[in-house]
Amino acid sequence: MSETTAITQGNAAPPHPLKEFWKYFSENKGAVIGLYFIIFAIIVAVFANILAPYSPFEQYRDAILQPPIWMHGGSSKFFLGTDDVGRDILSRLIYGSRLSLFVGVIVVTISLAAGMILGVTSGYLGGYYEVIVMRAMDIILALPSLLLALAIVAILGPSLKNAIIAIAIVVLPHYVRLTRASVMAEKSKDYVTASKVCGSGPFRMMFAVLLPNCMAPLIVQATLGFSNAILDAAALGFLGMGAQPPTPEWGAMLANALQFIQRAWWVVTFPGLAILLTVLAFNLAGDGLRDALDPKMKR
Amino acid sequence: MIHFFLKRFSHVFPAFIGVTLLTFSLIHLIPGDPVELRAGERGIDPARHAAMKAEMGLDKPLYVQYFRYIGGVLKGDLGKSFVTKKPILEEFFTLFPATLELSICAMIFAVLVGLPAGVIAGVKRGTVFDHTVMGASLTGYSMPIFWWGLLMILFFSVHLGWTPVSGRLSALFWIDTDTGFMLIDTLRSSEPGAFKSAVSHLILPSIVLGTIPLAVIARMTRSSMLEVLKEDYVRTAKAKGLSSWRVIMVHALRNAMIPVITVIGLQTGVLMAGAILTETIFAWPGVGKWILESINRRDYPAIQGGILIIATIIIFVNLGVDILYGIINPRIRYTS
Repeated sequence: MSETTAITQGNAAPPHPLKEFWKYFSENKGAVIGLYFIIFAIIVAVFANILAPYSPFEQYRDAILQPPIWMHGGSSKFFLGTDDVGRDILSRLIYGSRLSLFVGVIVVTISLAAGMILGVTSGYLGGYYEVIVMRAMDIILALPSLLLALAIVAILGPSLKNAIIAIAIVVLPHYVRLTRASVMAEKSKDYVTASKVCGSGPFRMMFAVLLPNCMAPLIVQATLGFSNAILDAAALGFLGMGAQPPTPEWGAMLANALQFIQRAWWVVTFPGLAILLTVLAFNLAGDGLRDALDPKMKR
Repeated sequence: MIHFFLKRFSHVFPAFIGVTLLTFSLIHLIPGDPVELRAGERGIDPARHAAMKAEMGLDKPLYVQYFRYIGGVLKGDLGKSFVTKKPILEEFFTLFPATLELSICAMIFAVLVGLPAGVIAGVKRGTVFDHTVMGASLTGYSMPIFWWGLLMILFFSVHLGWTPVSGRLSALFWIDTDTGFMLIDTLRSSEPGAFKSAVSHLILPSIVLGTIPLAVIARMTRSSMLEVLKEDYVRTAKAKGLSSWRVIMVHALRNAMIPVITVIGLQTGVLMAGAILTETIFAWPGVGKWILESINRRDYPAIQGGILIIATIIIFVNLGVDILYGIINPRIRYTS
């Protein structure tokens, strides 16, 4: 990250690039709050086995659908209450953060890597290759993302792994188009020509010369991609096409919540709140990153 | 203009062919043999297996199969559902009015709330109102709408008892569904109170489905307004002594609307994806719920056909938006 900021902000000499980046980023209070929440979520996910009071699978049959601690009938044993088979909701949420962040990391890594390769090669090589790649991306974009992801899961079978693959495919076009657009913009610049004159081969041109200079928009897209991935994985889990029970995935936790909606609002409320806050944090941070990294936005 | 129209129209074909390739390959990507899949658990003897394979055309080379498929698609033959044995096209268009009605109401809600909110936020930049609208729209944009739907049911249906929990119409009424649009059908029927019931069933799903488009429209309108308000012609209009109301509504808003209309058009895909979730939560008998059920039942012709029709609708809506864009903004028409 420091390398990228250094490149995009290379014209500012004295302050350290990271410091300058932080100056722009911290102007946006929402982005800083988002960042803090993301750090918090990462800590929770990493130390889930220490932080969670119970196992996410352990069923306390004597405490089924117990309300949260502050409600009448709640006990200090289960802070956010228990679900329909007596599992501690707080523990399931804490372990669920692992899955959601894991999905985000894997989806962004796969789609970013594949998208960069396809985008750089099609932007640099052009010709029929570019036409084929870009038309294929247009087809993916012509379908609603959730529908396409559902279709892919229908072929592969419902599981968290297949949901990740499906989401990575669905978000791929954004990275490909973004990379290609930046490569096309950079291609005609002097430093690229200079590198070519020096005898850089196509591989070096694409991945060592062009790609590092196209990173800023990709970083922003990747951050926003986290929120999309988490949201889509939760939606697939909710529809029964992602993580399967009894996995403590936030979307899957809501899958059969509808039947308890009259009796136990806490079963419905907390998993969704966790999804909303995490997605919101990534969107806030992504917006802040865009303002800080995009030279056009800078004053 | 004709040139522009034809050029945009020519983009439709590669996209359509690509989507047919995708849906065609869907049936071949499924692990297992399509004939056995169709025969189900009863099993099938080899002779019947070969006969069925020939019947389904699966013994022909792939490209022949594809051209047969395309030929069928162009004639409106999308195959028959494994489960109901009814033609896919018929099934889809029986349910489609329900989804269309919901989507239209969701879009009306999104535009009615999002557009004024965006305009006021843009004009009153930096105020509490602006910050509230921006915060709310970012929250709306981040909202898992299936959970949002559950919360709405929890609050308005369970807690307050204002609206029904699911379906399109109370079971007390029996209405002839001529058009498939419940609002129109209930208005035409003589049953008193049926229309009111249809409206009350429609409110929550529309709000839930409209939330993300609402957030996107509000954000887009605001940033578009901010751009336009900086323009010279807005300053000129103010200098002429026009009322600020007139400057905003006539001079600024009309120009700010151009990108907003594109965004509204692009929300069709979002609405279709949202319809799957919204219809599932509210037991709304539309195509979104139908396609999810088809996936659960492994009804592959239905999945294949459903995806193809939805993608085709989206391709044509995008074409419509592109053309509309060209009509509103002559610069687009001549430069591309």
